[in-house]
Amino acid sequence: MSGDVVPFRILPRLEALTEAFWQGGRDGELRFNRCGACRLWLHPPVPICPECGAGGITSEAVSGRATVATFTTNHQMWMPGPELPYVVAIVEIEEDPRVRLTTNIVGCEPGDVVIGMSVEVVFEHHADEGGDVWLPLFRPLGATI
Amino acid sequence: MKVPEGDRIERRACITGIGQSEIGRRLFRDPLELTIEGCRAAIADAGLTPRDIDGLSTYPGMLDGGPGFNGANATEIHEAMRLELNWFDSGVETAGQLGSVIKACLAVGAGLANHVLCFRSVWEGSAQKLGGRQPIGGPPGSGFRASGSLQWTLPFAAPSAAIWIALFAARHFHEYGTTREQLAQIALNGRRNAALNPNAIYRDPMSMEDYLAVRMISWPFGLFDCDVPCDGTTAFVVSRDERAKDMPHPVVRVEAVGTALHGRSSWDQFDDLTTMANRDAAAHLWSRTELRPADVDVAEIYDGFSFLTLSWLEALGFCPVGEGGRFIEGGQRIALDGELPLNTHGGQLSAGRLHGYGFLHEAVLQLRGDAGARQVAGDPQVAVAAAGGGNTCGCLLVCR
Repeated sequence: MSGDVVPFRILPRLEALTEAFWQGGRDGELRFNRCGACRLWLHPPVPICPECGAGGITSEAVSGRATVATFTTNHQMWMPGPELPYVVAIVEIEEDPRVRLTTNIVGCEPGDVVIGMSVEVVFEHHADEGGDVWLPLFRPLGATI
Repeated sequence: MKVPEGDRIERRACITGIGQSEIGRRLFRDPLELTIEGCRAAIADAGLTPRDIDGLSTYPGMLDGGPGFNGANATEIHEAMRLELNWFDSGVETAGQLGSVIKACLAVGAGLANHVLCFRSVWEGSAQKLGGRQPIGGPPGSGFRASGSLQWTLPFAAPSAAIWIALFAARHFHEYGTTREQLAQIALNGRRNAALNPNAIYRDPMSMEDYLAVRMISWPFGLFDCDVPCDGTTAFVVSRDERAKDMPHPVVRVEAVGTALHGRSSWDQFDDLTTMANRDAAAHLWSRTELRPADVDVAEIYDGFSFLTLSWLEALGFCPVGEGGRFIEGGQRIALDGELPLNTHGGQLSAGRLHGYGFLHEAVLQLRGDAGARQVAGDPQVAVAAAGGGNTCGCLLVCR
Protein backbone atom coordinates (compact mmCIF):
# COMPACT_ATOMS: atom_id res chain seq x y z
CA MET A 1 0.00 0.00 0.00
CA SER A 2 3.01 2.22 -0.44
CA GLY A 3 2.12 5.79 -1.28
CA ASP A 4 -1.38 5.50 0.18
CA VAL A 5 -2.40 6.86 3.54
CA VAL A 6 -3.50 3.95 5.71
CA PRO A 7 -7.09 4.78 6.78
CA PHE A 8 -8.50 4.43 10.27
CA ARG A 9 -9.82 0.92 10.85
CA ILE A 10 -11.56 -0.77 13.75
CA LEU A 11 -9.16 -3.61 14.44
CA PRO A 12 -10.08 -7.16 15.47
CA ARG A 13 -9.31 -8.45 18.92
CA LEU A 14 -6.53 -11.03 18.73
CA GLU A 15 -7.52 -14.37 20.19
CA ALA A 16 -5.96 -17.83 20.21
CA LEU A 17 -8.10 -19.07 17.32
CA THR A 18 -7.88 -15.92 15.18
CA GLU A 19 -4.32 -14.71 15.67
CA ALA A 20 -2.90 -16.74 12.78
CA PHE A 21 -5.43 -15.19 10.43
CA TRP A 22 -4.92 -11.59 11.54
CA GLN A 23 -1.14 -11.72 11.83
CA GLY A 24 -0.24 -13.95 8.87
CA GLY A 25 0.48 -10.81 6.89
CA ARG A 26 3.64 -10.27 8.96
CA ASP A 27 5.07 -13.11 6.85
CA GLY A 28 3.12 -12.16 3.76
CA GLU A 29 0.85 -15.16 4.19
CA LEU A 30 -2.94 -15.48 4.18
CA ARG A 31 -3.65 -18.22 6.70
CA PHE A 32 -6.81 -20.09 7.57
CA ASN A 33 -7.55 -22.67 10.20
CA ARG A 34 -7.74 -26.19 8.87
CA CYS A 35 -8.70 -29.56 10.27
CA GLY A 36 -5.61 -31.76 10.46
CA ALA A 37 -7.74 -34.90 10.17
CA CYS A 38 -10.20 -34.30 7.31
CA ARG A 39 -8.40 -31.26 5.82
CA LEU A 40 -11.49 -29.04 5.79
CA TRP A 41 -10.74 -25.31 5.81
CA LEU A 42 -12.46 -23.74 8.80
CA HIS A 43 -13.47 -20.13 8.59
CA PRO A 44 -14.48 -18.40 10.77
CA PRO A 45 -12.28 -20.44 13.10
CA VAL A 46 -13.84 -23.05 15.38
CA PRO A 47 -12.04 -25.20 17.96
CA ILE A 48 -13.46 -28.54 16.81
CA CYS A 49 -14.03 -29.60 13.21
CA PRO A 50 -17.80 -29.56 12.51
CA GLU A 51 -17.36 -32.22 9.82
CA CYS A 52 -15.29 -34.94 11.52
CA GLY A 53 -15.18 -33.81 15.15
CA ALA A 54 -11.39 -33.67 15.37
CA GLY A 55 -9.72 -31.14 17.65
CA GLY A 56 -6.21 -29.79 17.45
CA ILE A 57 -7.01 -27.35 14.65
CA THR A 58 -3.96 -25.67 13.09
CA SER A 59 -3.50 -22.95 10.53
CA GLU A 60 -2.12 -23.18 7.00
CA ALA A 61 -1.21 -20.64 4.36
CA VAL A 62 -3.15 -20.42 1.10
CA SER A 63 -2.04 -18.88 -2.19
CA GLY A 64 -3.76 -15.55 -1.49
CA ARG A 65 -5.58 -15.71 -4.83
CA ALA A 66 -9.34 -15.40 -4.83
CA THR A 67 -12.39 -14.58 -6.96
CA VAL A 68 -14.87 -11.77 -6.38
CA ALA A 69 -18.21 -13.46 -5.58
CA THR A 70 -20.08 -10.20 -5.07
CA PHE A 71 -19.36 -6.59 -4.20
CA THR A 72 -20.97 -3.27 -3.40
CA THR A 73 -19.64 0.22 -3.88
CA ASN A 74 -20.35 2.03 -0.64
CA HIS A 75 -21.09 5.77 -0.74
CA GLN A 76 -22.25 6.27 2.83
CA MET A 77 -19.99 7.50 5.62
CA TRP A 78 -20.77 5.06 8.47
CA MET A 79 -17.61 5.68 10.46
CA PRO A 80 -14.11 7.03 9.95
CA GLY A 81 -12.48 4.81 7.34
CA PRO A 82 -11.39 4.60 3.72
CA GLU A 83 -12.09 7.45 1.34
CA LEU A 84 -15.55 7.33 -0.25
CA PRO A 85 -16.66 5.58 -2.32
CA TYR A 86 -15.01 2.28 -1.46
CA VAL A 87 -15.68 -1.30 -2.48
CA VAL A 88 -16.76 -3.97 -0.02
CA ALA A 89 -16.60 -7.43 -1.56
CA ILE A 90 -17.05 -11.06 -0.67
CA VAL A 91 -14.24 -13.12 -2.21
CA GLU A 92 -13.89 -16.89 -2.50
CA ILE A 93 -10.41 -18.30 -1.99
CA GLU A 94 -8.81 -20.33 -4.76
CA GLU A 95 -8.27 -23.40 -2.59
CA ASP A 96 -11.95 -23.79 -1.64
CA PRO A 97 -14.69 -21.46 -2.93
CA ARG A 98 -16.79 -22.31 0.13
CA VAL A 99 -14.33 -20.27 2.18
CA ARG A 100 -15.15 -16.61 1.78
CA LEU A 101 -13.95 -13.30 3.17
CA THR A 102 -15.66 -9.97 3.42
CA THR A 103 -12.96 -7.50 2.43
CA ASN A 104 -12.17 -4.38 0.41
CA ILE A 105 -11.01 -4.32 -3.18
CA VAL A 106 -8.13 -1.85 -3.59
CA GLY A 107 -5.68 -0.99 -6.33
CA CYS A 108 -8.31 -0.11 -8.93
CA GLU A 109 -11.23 2.24 -9.42
CA PRO A 110 -14.54 1.05 -7.90
CA GLY A 111 -16.01 1.06 -11.39
CA ASP A 112 -13.43 -1.49 -12.55
CA VAL A 113 -14.54 -4.19 -10.11
CA VAL A 114 -16.70 -6.97 -11.56
CA ILE A 115 -18.08 -10.21 -10.16
CA GLY A 116 -15.86 -13.10 -11.20
CA MET A 117 -12.65 -11.09 -11.39
CA SER A 118 -9.44 -12.65 -10.09
CA VAL A 119 -7.86 -10.90 -7.15
CA GLU A 120 -4.91 -11.42 -4.83
CA VAL A 121 -4.32 -10.54 -1.22
CA VAL A 122 -2.50 -7.37 -0.20
CA PHE A 123 -1.98 -6.73 3.48
CA GLU A 124 -2.67 -3.44 5.22
CA HIS A 125 -0.49 -3.26 8.31
CA HIS A 126 -1.78 -1.60 11.47
CA ALA A 127 0.76 -1.20 14.26
CA ASP A 128 -1.15 -0.96 17.52
CA GLU A 129 -0.44 -1.45 21.18
CA GLY A 130 -3.23 -4.04 21.35
CA GLY A 131 -1.18 -6.16 18.93
CA ASP A 132 -0.31 -5.53 15.29
CA VAL A 133 -2.85 -6.58 12.69
CA TRP A 134 -2.42 -7.18 8.96
CA LEU A 135 -5.83 -6.78 7.29
CA PRO A 136 -6.19 -8.93 4.17
CA LEU A 137 -7.44 -6.67 1.39
CA PHE A 138 -7.55 -7.75 -2.25
CA ARG A 139 -6.41 -6.14 -5.51
CA PRO A 140 -6.83 -7.20 -9.11
CA LEU A 141 -4.48 -10.09 -9.86
CA GLY A 142 -1.22 -8.66 -11.16
CA ALA A 143 -1.93 -5.07 -10.08
CA THR A 144 1.20 -3.22 -9.11
CA ILE A 145 0.21 -1.24 -6.06
CA MET B 1 -42.60 -33.88 3.84
CA LYS B 2 -45.53 -32.55 5.84
CA VAL B 3 -45.41 -32.33 9.59
CA PRO B 4 -48.34 -34.41 10.96
CA GLU B 5 -51.34 -32.21 11.61
CA GLY B 6 -51.54 -33.09 15.31
CA ASP B 7 -47.99 -31.84 15.82
CA ARG B 8 -48.68 -28.35 14.53
CA ILE B 9 -49.40 -26.78 17.90
CA GLU B 10 -49.21 -23.24 16.53
CA ARG B 11 -52.73 -23.94 15.25
CA ARG B 12 -53.98 -23.55 18.79
CA ALA B 13 -52.91 -19.89 18.61
CA CYS B 14 -55.19 -16.98 17.68
CA ILE B 15 -54.36 -13.32 17.38
CA THR B 16 -57.16 -11.73 19.37
CA GLY B 17 -55.78 -8.25 19.94
CA ILE B 18 -53.63 -5.78 18.04
CA GLY B 19 -52.51 -2.33 19.07
CA GLN B 20 -50.10 0.47 18.36
CA SER B 21 -48.92 3.47 20.29
CA GLU B 22 -48.61 6.85 18.70
CA ILE B 23 -46.16 6.47 15.81
CA GLY B 24 -43.91 9.18 14.46
CA ARG B 25 -40.57 9.99 12.94
CA ARG B 26 -39.40 11.66 16.18
CA LEU B 27 -41.90 11.91 19.02
CA PHE B 28 -39.50 12.74 21.89
CA ARG B 29 -41.75 10.80 24.25
CA ASP B 30 -40.66 8.44 26.97
CA PRO B 31 -40.09 5.02 25.34
CA LEU B 32 -41.53 3.09 28.27
CA GLU B 33 -44.69 5.20 28.08
CA LEU B 34 -44.98 4.51 24.35
CA THR B 35 -44.51 0.79 24.99
CA ILE B 36 -47.21 0.67 27.65
CA GLU B 37 -49.52 2.66 25.36
CA GLY B 38 -49.09 0.09 22.56
CA CYS B 39 -49.49 -2.86 24.93
CA ARG B 40 -52.63 -1.46 26.56
CA ALA B 41 -54.12 -0.81 23.12
CA ALA B 42 -53.64 -4.46 22.12
CA ILE B 43 -55.09 -5.77 25.39
CA ALA B 44 -58.14 -3.50 25.11
CA ASP B 45 -58.58 -4.51 21.46
CA ALA B 46 -58.88 -8.12 22.62
CA GLY B 47 -61.53 -7.09 25.12
CA LEU B 48 -59.22 -8.04 27.98
CA THR B 49 -57.51 -6.29 30.88
CA PRO B 50 -53.89 -6.59 32.01
CA ARG B 51 -55.16 -9.01 34.70
CA ASP B 52 -56.05 -11.48 31.93
CA ILE B 53 -52.52 -11.51 30.48
CA ASP B 54 -50.51 -14.51 31.66
CA GLY B 55 -47.72 -14.59 29.09
CA LEU B 56 -45.21 -12.05 27.74
CA SER B 57 -42.90 -12.14 24.74
CA THR B 58 -40.78 -9.48 23.10
CA TYR B 59 -37.96 -8.85 20.67
CA PRO B 60 -35.10 -8.10 21.25
CA GLY B 61 -35.24 -7.80 25.04
CA MET B 62 -32.22 -6.61 26.94
CA LEU B 63 -29.80 -5.62 24.22
CA ASP B 64 -27.73 -2.62 23.32
CA GLY B 65 -28.47 -2.59 19.61
CA GLY B 66 -27.77 1.10 19.16
CA PRO B 67 -29.64 4.23 20.23
CA GLY B 68 -33.37 3.58 20.54
CA PHE B 69 -33.21 0.04 19.16
CA ASN B 70 -35.07 -1.27 22.18
CA GLY B 71 -37.79 0.79 23.85
CA ALA B 72 -38.45 -1.56 26.78
CA ASN B 73 -37.42 -4.97 28.08
CA ALA B 74 -39.81 -7.78 29.01
CA THR B 75 -39.10 -7.31 32.72
CA GLU B 76 -39.70 -3.56 32.50
CA ILE B 77 -43.17 -4.15 31.05
CA HIS B 78 -43.83 -6.92 33.52
CA GLU B 79 -43.03 -4.47 36.31
CA ALA B 80 -44.70 -1.42 34.82
CA MET B 81 -47.97 -3.20 34.07
CA ARG B 82 -47.97 -5.44 37.17
CA LEU B 83 -48.50 -8.57 35.09
CA GLU B 84 -48.82 -12.05 36.57
CA LEU B 85 -47.05 -14.37 34.17
CA ASN B 86 -47.05 -18.10 33.67
CA TRP B 87 -44.63 -17.83 30.76
CA PHE B 88 -42.30 -15.12 29.45
CA ASP B 89 -39.47 -14.85 26.97
CA SER B 90 -37.37 -12.35 25.09
CA GLY B 91 -34.24 -12.40 22.98
CA VAL B 92 -32.65 -11.49 19.73
CA GLU B 93 -31.36 -14.94 18.75
CA THR B 94 -34.60 -16.20 17.26
CA ALA B 95 -36.37 -16.57 13.93
CA GLY B 96 -36.43 -12.88 13.10
CA GLN B 97 -38.37 -10.16 14.88
CA LEU B 98 -41.60 -12.17 14.57
CA GLY B 99 -39.83 -15.12 16.19
CA SER B 100 -41.05 -13.60 19.44
CA VAL B 101 -44.67 -13.96 18.26
CA ILE B 102 -44.00 -17.49 17.01
CA LYS B 103 -42.72 -18.43 20.46
CA ALA B 104 -45.91 -17.01 21.96
CA CYS B 105 -47.94 -19.23 19.58
CA LEU B 106 -46.02 -22.26 20.79
CA ALA B 107 -46.49 -21.25 24.42
CA VAL B 108 -50.29 -21.05 24.12
CA GLY B 109 -50.26 -24.22 22.01
CA ALA B 110 -48.41 -26.02 24.78
CA GLY B 111 -50.77 -24.70 27.43
CA LEU B 112 -48.13 -22.65 29.22
CA ALA B 113 -50.26 -19.54 28.92
CA ASN B 114 -53.71 -18.46 27.70
CA HIS B 115 -53.15 -14.87 26.62
CA VAL B 116 -49.62 -13.81 25.69
CA LEU B 117 -48.83 -10.13 25.23
CA CYS B 118 -46.20 -9.64 22.49
CA PHE B 119 -44.58 -6.28 21.80
CA ARG B 120 -41.85 -4.60 19.80
CA SER B 121 -40.90 -1.07 20.84
CA VAL B 122 -38.58 1.25 18.93
CA TRP B 123 -37.62 4.88 19.47
CA GLU B 124 -34.71 5.14 17.06
CA GLY B 125 -36.06 8.34 15.53
CA SER B 126 -35.79 10.35 18.74
CA ALA B 127 -32.73 8.57 20.10
CA GLN B 128 -30.65 9.20 16.99
CA LYS B 129 -31.54 12.88 17.13
CA LEU B 130 -30.98 13.28 20.86
CA GLY B 131 -27.69 11.44 21.09
CA GLY B 132 -26.44 11.83 17.57
CA ARG B 133 -25.21 8.76 15.75
CA GLN B 134 -22.02 7.78 17.52
CA PRO B 135 -19.23 6.15 15.54
CA ILE B 136 -19.28 2.38 16.10
CA GLY B 137 -16.86 1.45 18.88
CA GLY B 138 -16.35 5.11 19.77
CA PRO B 139 -14.07 7.64 18.12
CA PRO B 140 -10.66 6.69 16.70
CA GLY B 141 -8.19 6.25 19.54
CA SER B 142 -10.70 4.68 21.93
CA GLY B 143 -8.92 1.34 21.62
CA PHE B 144 -12.12 -0.58 20.81
CA ARG B 145 -11.52 -3.88 19.07
CA ALA B 146 -14.10 -5.99 17.26
CA SER B 147 -14.74 -9.59 18.30
CA GLY B 148 -17.20 -12.34 17.46
CA SER B 149 -18.93 -12.11 14.11
CA LEU B 150 -18.34 -8.34 13.84
CA GLN B 151 -14.57 -8.82 13.51
CA TRP B 152 -15.17 -10.14 9.98
CA THR B 153 -16.90 -6.98 8.79
CA LEU B 154 -16.03 -3.94 10.95
CA PRO B 155 -12.31 -3.82 10.02
CA PHE B 156 -13.36 -3.62 6.37
CA ALA B 157 -15.55 -0.57 6.95
CA ALA B 158 -18.68 -2.69 6.55
CA PRO B 159 -20.60 -1.98 9.77
CA SER B 160 -24.11 -1.75 8.34
CA ALA B 161 -26.74 -4.26 7.28
CA ALA B 162 -27.15 -1.97 4.25
CA ILE B 163 -23.76 -3.20 3.03
CA TRP B 164 -24.24 -6.83 4.02
CA ILE B 165 -27.60 -7.05 2.23
CA ALA B 166 -26.39 -5.01 -0.75
CA LEU B 167 -23.82 -7.78 -1.30
CA PHE B 168 -26.64 -10.32 -1.68
CA ALA B 169 -28.68 -8.00 -3.89
CA ALA B 170 -25.67 -7.41 -6.15
CA ARG B 171 -25.16 -11.16 -6.57
CA HIS B 172 -28.88 -11.55 -7.39
CA PHE B 173 -28.57 -8.77 -9.99
CA HIS B 174 -25.55 -10.55 -11.47
CA GLU B 175 -27.04 -14.04 -11.66
CA TYR B 176 -30.60 -13.19 -12.64
CA GLY B 177 -30.43 -9.84 -14.39
CA THR B 178 -32.41 -8.07 -11.67
CA THR B 179 -32.43 -4.27 -12.08
CA ARG B 180 -32.74 -1.13 -9.95
CA GLU B 181 -35.94 -0.30 -11.84
CA GLN B 182 -37.43 -3.62 -10.73
CA LEU B 183 -36.27 -3.23 -7.15
CA ALA B 184 -37.81 0.25 -7.17
CA GLN B 185 -41.28 -1.30 -7.17
CA ILE B 186 -40.90 -2.33 -3.53
CA ALA B 187 -40.36 1.31 -2.57
CA LEU B 188 -42.90 2.78 -5.01
CA ASN B 189 -45.61 0.29 -4.04
CA GLY B 190 -45.00 1.00 -0.36
CA ARG B 191 -45.27 4.75 -0.91
CA ARG B 192 -48.52 4.43 -2.88
CA ASN B 193 -50.05 2.39 -0.06
CA ALA B 194 -48.67 4.69 2.64
CA ALA B 195 -50.65 7.55 1.11
CA LEU B 196 -53.76 5.66 2.30
CA ASN B 197 -52.35 5.00 5.79
CA PRO B 198 -52.79 7.96 8.15
CA ASN B 199 -50.13 6.53 10.51
CA ALA B 200 -47.41 6.23 7.86
CA ILE B 201 -44.28 8.37 8.16
CA TYR B 202 -43.81 9.25 4.48
CA ARG B 203 -46.99 9.76 2.45
CA ASP B 204 -45.97 12.12 -0.36
CA PRO B 205 -45.98 10.56 -3.84
CA MET B 206 -42.70 9.06 -5.08
CA SER B 207 -41.94 8.57 -8.77
CA MET B 208 -39.47 6.27 -10.49
CA GLU B 209 -37.44 9.41 -11.27
CA ASP B 210 -37.34 10.30 -7.57
CA TYR B 211 -36.23 6.78 -6.73
CA LEU B 212 -33.45 6.66 -9.29
CA ALA B 213 -32.20 10.18 -8.51
CA VAL B 214 -31.85 9.85 -4.74
CA ARG B 215 -28.35 9.59 -3.28
CA MET B 216 -26.69 6.20 -3.34
CA ILE B 217 -25.97 4.40 -0.03
CA SER B 218 -24.43 1.06 -1.04
CA TRP B 219 -25.10 -0.01 -4.59
CA PRO B 220 -27.71 -1.16 -5.55
CA PHE B 221 -29.33 0.54 -2.55
CA GLY B 222 -30.17 4.21 -2.69
CA LEU B 223 -31.71 6.02 0.26
CA PHE B 224 -35.23 4.91 -0.73
CA ASP B 225 -34.22 1.24 -0.48
CA CYS B 226 -33.52 1.71 3.24
CA ASP B 227 -36.28 1.95 5.85
CA VAL B 228 -36.90 5.00 8.01
CA PRO B 229 -36.17 4.96 11.77
CA CYS B 230 -39.14 6.00 13.87
CA ASP B 231 -40.73 5.85 17.32
CA GLY B 232 -43.58 3.54 18.20
CA THR B 233 -44.74 0.28 19.69
CA THR B 234 -46.74 -2.48 18.08
CA ALA B 235 -48.32 -5.16 20.28
CA PHE B 236 -50.44 -8.30 19.95
CA VAL B 237 -52.40 -10.58 22.19
CA VAL B 238 -51.88 -14.21 21.19
CA SER B 239 -54.56 -16.40 22.77
CA ARG B 240 -55.14 -20.12 23.13
CA ASP B 241 -58.04 -21.10 20.85
CA GLU B 242 -60.42 -22.23 23.60
CA ARG B 243 -59.94 -18.84 25.29
CA ALA B 244 -60.58 -16.93 22.07
CA LYS B 245 -64.37 -17.17 22.02
CA ASP B 246 -66.70 -14.18 21.93
CA MET B 247 -63.92 -11.70 21.26
CA PRO B 248 -64.80 -8.16 20.12
CA HIS B 249 -63.11 -8.63 16.73
CA PRO B 250 -63.07 -11.52 14.27
CA VAL B 251 -60.40 -13.93 15.48
CA VAL B 252 -57.37 -14.39 13.23
CA ARG B 253 -55.92 -17.85 13.68
CA VAL B 254 -52.41 -19.01 13.06
CA GLU B 255 -52.25 -21.63 10.32
CA ALA B 256 -48.49 -22.29 10.26
CA VAL B 257 -45.12 -20.83 11.23
CA GLY B 258 -41.64 -21.13 9.74
CA THR B 259 -38.42 -20.86 11.75
CA ALA B 260 -35.78 -22.94 9.96
CA LEU B 261 -32.11 -21.99 9.65
CA HIS B 262 -30.17 -24.46 7.52
CA GLY B 263 -27.49 -22.29 5.91
CA ARG B 264 -24.48 -20.91 7.79
CA SER B 265 -25.02 -18.18 10.38
CA SER B 266 -22.04 -16.22 9.06
CA TRP B 267 -23.78 -14.15 6.40
CA ASP B 268 -20.81 -14.18 4.02
CA GLN B 269 -20.48 -17.97 4.29
CA PHE B 270 -24.11 -18.69 3.29
CA ASP B 271 -24.13 -21.39 0.62
CA ASP B 272 -26.11 -19.31 -1.89
CA LEU B 273 -25.37 -15.58 -1.98
CA THR B 274 -28.63 -14.79 -3.78
CA THR B 275 -30.81 -15.94 -0.90
CA MET B 276 -30.86 -16.06 2.88
CA ALA B 277 -32.36 -18.01 5.75
CA ASN B 278 -35.77 -16.87 4.49
CA ARG B 279 -35.34 -19.74 2.01
CA ASP B 280 -35.29 -22.18 4.95
CA ALA B 281 -37.96 -20.49 7.08
CA ALA B 282 -40.42 -20.24 4.17
CA ALA B 283 -39.97 -23.89 3.17
CA HIS B 284 -40.51 -24.80 6.81
CA LEU B 285 -43.78 -22.87 6.88
CA TRP B 286 -45.15 -24.72 3.85
CA SER B 287 -44.27 -28.06 5.46
CA ARG B 288 -46.77 -27.27 8.20
CA THR B 289 -49.90 -26.51 6.16
CA GLU B 290 -51.93 -27.82 3.25
CA LEU B 291 -52.36 -24.29 1.94
CA ARG B 292 -50.17 -23.19 -0.97
CA PRO B 293 -48.71 -19.84 -2.04
CA ALA B 294 -51.62 -19.42 -4.48
CA ASP B 295 -54.01 -19.41 -1.50
CA VAL B 296 -52.46 -16.25 -0.03
CA ASP B 297 -54.60 -13.15 -0.46
CA VAL B 298 -52.30 -10.54 1.12
CA ALA B 299 -48.53 -10.51 1.71
CA GLU B 300 -46.92 -8.33 4.38
CA ILE B 301 -43.18 -8.80 3.98
CA TYR B 302 -40.21 -7.18 5.67
CA ASP B 303 -38.57 -4.34 3.79
CA GLY B 304 -35.88 -3.07 6.12
CA PHE B 305 -34.06 -3.02 2.79
CA SER B 306 -36.01 -3.38 -0.44
CA PHE B 307 -34.14 -6.49 -1.59
CA LEU B 308 -35.29 -8.43 1.47
CA THR B 309 -38.89 -8.28 0.22
CA LEU B 310 -37.91 -9.50 -3.23
CA SER B 311 -35.92 -12.30 -1.63
CA TRP B 312 -38.84 -13.34 0.61
CA LEU B 313 -41.22 -13.35 -2.40
CA GLU B 314 -39.00 -15.95 -4.02
CA ALA B 315 -38.45 -17.87 -0.79
CA LEU B 316 -42.19 -18.07 -0.11
CA GLY B 317 -42.77 -19.47 -3.60
CA PHE B 318 -44.79 -16.59 -5.06
CA CYS B 319 -42.43 -16.80 -8.04
CA PRO B 320 -39.51 -19.06 -8.99
CA VAL B 321 -36.08 -18.33 -7.53
CA GLY B 322 -34.43 -15.65 -9.65
CA GLU B 323 -37.74 -14.32 -11.00
CA GLY B 324 -38.40 -11.86 -8.20
CA GLY B 325 -37.37 -8.84 -10.24
CA ARG B 326 -39.64 -9.74 -13.14
CA PHE B 327 -42.46 -10.67 -10.72
CA ILE B 328 -42.62 -7.16 -9.28
CA GLU B 329 -41.72 -5.31 -12.49
CA GLY B 330 -44.17 -2.52 -13.26
CA GLY B 331 -45.73 -2.91 -9.82
CA GLN B 332 -49.24 -3.95 -10.96
CA ARG B 333 -49.02 -7.48 -9.56
CA ILE B 334 -48.21 -6.29 -6.01
CA ALA B 335 -50.53 -3.26 -5.97
CA LEU B 336 -53.62 -3.07 -3.74
CA ASP B 337 -55.75 -4.29 -6.64
CA GLY B 338 -53.14 -6.71 -7.96
CA GLU B 339 -52.99 -10.49 -7.70
CA LEU B 340 -50.78 -10.32 -4.58
CA PRO B 341 -51.28 -7.07 -2.65
CA LEU B 342 -48.01 -6.40 -0.84
CA ASN B 343 -47.12 -4.22 2.15
CA THR B 344 -50.51 -2.60 2.09
CA HIS B 345 -49.67 -0.17 4.92
CA GLY B 346 -46.53 1.11 3.20
CA GLY B 347 -43.95 -1.22 4.70
CA GLN B 348 -41.07 0.03 6.79
CA LEU B 349 -39.77 2.04 3.83
CA SER B 350 -42.71 4.44 4.10
CA ALA B 351 -44.66 3.56 7.27
CA GLY B 352 -41.59 3.41 9.51
CA ARG B 353 -39.21 0.88 10.96
CA LEU B 354 -41.54 -0.78 13.46
CA HIS B 355 -39.25 -3.74 13.01
CA GLY B 356 -41.23 -6.70 11.80
CA TYR B 357 -44.31 -6.26 13.97
CA GLY B 358 -45.89 -3.72 11.60
CA PHE B 359 -46.33 -6.43 8.98
CA LEU B 360 -48.29 -8.80 11.21
CA HIS B 361 -50.36 -5.87 12.51
CA GLU B 362 -51.34 -5.00 8.95
CA ALA B 363 -52.04 -8.64 8.07
CA VAL B 364 -54.54 -8.86 10.94
CA LEU B 365 -56.17 -5.55 9.99
CA GLN B 366 -56.62 -6.78 6.42
CA LEU B 367 -58.11 -10.12 7.47
CA ARG B 368 -60.51 -8.34 9.82
CA GLY B 369 -61.56 -6.04 7.00
CA ASP B 370 -60.55 -3.04 9.11
CA ALA B 371 -57.83 -1.53 6.89
CA GLY B 372 -59.90 1.48 5.87
CA ALA B 373 -58.96 3.23 2.64
CA ARG B 374 -56.28 0.63 1.93
CA GLN B 375 -58.50 -2.41 2.54
CA VAL B 376 -57.89 -5.13 -0.03
CA ALA B 377 -61.14 -5.96 -1.83
CA GLY B 378 -62.70 -9.40 -1.97
CA ASP B 379 -62.71 -10.24 1.76
CA PRO B 380 -59.18 -11.64 2.11
CA GLN B 381 -58.98 -14.87 4.12
CA VAL B 382 -55.28 -15.77 4.14
CA ALA B 383 -52.26 -13.55 4.78
CA VAL B 384 -48.57 -14.14 5.20
CA ALA B 385 -46.39 -12.03 7.49
CA ALA B 386 -42.64 -12.47 7.19
CA ALA B 387 -39.74 -10.67 8.77
CA GLY B 388 -35.98 -10.66 8.97
CA GLY B 389 -32.93 -11.18 6.83
CA GLY B 390 -29.58 -12.90 6.89
CA ASN B 391 -29.60 -15.70 9.44
CA THR B 392 -32.57 -14.37 11.38
CA CYS B 393 -35.83 -15.01 9.48
CA GLY B 394 -39.31 -16.12 10.49
CA CYS B 395 -42.81 -16.14 9.02
CA LEU B 396 -46.43 -16.81 9.89
CA LEU B 397 -49.42 -17.78 7.79
CA VAL B 398 -52.59 -16.38 9.34
CA CYS B 399 -56.23 -16.97 8.38
CA ARG B 400 -59.70 -15.72 9.16
